[in-house]
Amino acid sequence: MFKRKINNARRNPFAAILVIAAGLLVAGGGYAGATAAVSHSTSGAYTADQVTEGSKLFLTNCASCHGKHAEGTNYGPSLIGVGAAAVDFQVGTGRMPGQASGPQLMKKPVQFTTEQTAALAAYVSSLAPGPSVPDERWTSTSGNTTRGGELFRINCAMCHNAVGAGGALTEGKFAPVLKGVEAKHIYEAMVTGPQNMPVFNDANLTPQDKNDIISYLKYMEANPSAGGEELGSLGPVAEGLFLWLFVLGGIVAITIWLGAKSN
Amino acid sequence: MSSKGKDLVTGHDAEHEYEAGLAVVAPDAIKDPGLEPHRVRMTDKSEKHAKNAERQVTAMFLASIVGSAFALWAYFAFPLSPTDLGTVRSNTLFLGLGITLGLFGIGVGAVHWAKTLMPDAEVSEARHQTRGSEETRARAIEIIDLANQESGFSRRKLIRRTLYGALAFFPLPGIIIFGDLGPNPADSLKHTMWRKGTRLTRDPYGTPIKATDVTLGSVFHVIPEGLNESDHKLEEKAKAAVLLVRVEPEILKESDERKGWSYDGIVAYSKICTHVGCPVALYEQHTHHLLCPCHQSTFDLTNACAVVFGPASRPLPQLPITVDAEGYLVAQSDFTEPVGPSFWER
Repeated sequence: MFKRKINNARRNPFAAILVIAAGLLVAGGGYAGATAAVSHSTSGAYTADQVTEGSKLFLTNCASCHGKHAEGTNYGPSLIGVGAAAVDFQVGTGRMPGQASGPQLMKKPVQFTTEQTAALAAYVSSLAPGPSVPDERWTSTSGNTTRGGELFRINCAMCHNAVGAGGALTEGKFAPVLKGVEAKHIYEAMVTGPQNMPVFNDANLTPQDKNDIISYLKYMEANPSAGGEELGSLGPVAEGLFLWLFVLGGIVAITIWLGAKSN
Repeated sequence: MSSKGKDLVTGHDAEHEYEAGLAVVAPDAIKDPGLEPHRVRMTDKSEKHAKNAERQVTAMFLASIVGSAFALWAYFAFPLSPTDLGTVRSNTLFLGLGITLGLFGIGVGAVHWAKTLMPDAEVSEARHQTRGSEETRARAIEIIDLANQESGFSRRKLIRRTLYGALAFFPLPGIIIFGDLGPNPADSLKHTMWRKGTRLTRDPYGTPIKATDVTLGSVFHVIPEGLNESDHKLEEKAKAAVLLVRVEPEILKESDERKGWSYDGIVAYSKICTHVGCPVALYEQHTHHLLCPCHQSTFDLTNACAVVFGPASRPLPQLPITVDAEGYLVAQSDFTEPVGPSFWER
């Protein structure tokens, strides 16, 4: 009954026009907004020399997996439209070029200089529009940490732990520790959703929201836990192990001493 | 094993008679060793050791005084500041260490004192029998009989029976009152705040979500519109929390019945685990698996959130969604099954 109503509503030509109009309006508006953000962002503008340089670097270092024109192969995804942010994150944290296949590509010493990374980003962003490297004002630590904490706990903490200490996922995958990660890399990860992380686009978490989250993480990093030694912030596992080994061990030792005769 | 077996005496051989032929009786394998010979302590042998022990006990008690004084000092030296949570750390740490030393010093000192300097002659005391003497038992029965005669409890049947009746009825008001403690859950476990046309909004601020906001690979943590204004916000949120994900429409395996429940690859599932109700929100973008952090139940988002691993026994309930005239995502109805863990009437 109910289903039929919806189907009828869907078949109505007026509904189709409405949906298309709404879609066009939002997509167009969003695109205009995105391009406006790119043109405003200082780091979003690359020179033609950088694109040429990046194209050369890409052919020698990335094309074997991502294809000669970044169209993707069986070994690596297409990079068309991933934007400069994805390149800056993947190359800037050393995850790319990938070292070995496995459940997850690991962070490792960075393989390219800052200039080379920027050139690669310039090349990839020249292929199709995508998220750009964030403006500096969004990677500051001056955001609202309370609000950032709330947003972090709702959107991020289930995988990354309430204070960003990281956590396990399925079959060998894991959400990495966020301590010591550069603010711009945290921002880029949210925008692009690297590996198995979902995407948190600007419609979900606005740049201000992202900045608040970064401010929260940096605040937690700078201020020791009020509760004392954090034991890796891993919660009951680490704390329980400490209690079982040292506290219970101490109680057993004292009990033995109580019952032993004096010499 | 065989040498032990020889010592065992079976029920058939023993002089005792047992009703069951399988009973096995073993004589005491270990003889009661009695008290071990008294060992003279060093502190009893030499005055020097006794003096030493005395000094040790004194040192423990002095350490206790130092600990208590330190705790007092620490309490004032590391004041709590209402604006700086970090001050709690030093305050509780040093206060606690001081108090610990204060109490621990007294305890260790006292035990050491008792063990080294107080008399250590072994004393054994036989246990009393639990059974009273014949005399006491006879007297007790006498008293009960006397009470029975004087009250006429056995003789006056009417009184006795009405008293039984009164005692049986007395707890009834209490039972009825206790039965009414707390609200009856009724069918509140089967319904959530979602209605036809309720907009999907972002957790925690309640801003509505357009279908176009949800790009491929995006995850939105969703609450129903109006949740923040509802009277029982937390109770409602615990039932109505939803996870919104967009995947390529062609990878969704949808049954005919649920064909119209997603919108262009956007699917909404209850965030409450069907195992014991933890929030299932660990979404892997490429495997499309949803993982529950508590007991690792894993759900396949592309296959109606069927359980692929872990202790959960039922798929996560799906919220049927569509878009309204303004392009915002709205619910088509409430969940069509109860969310969260199983319960008795489910």
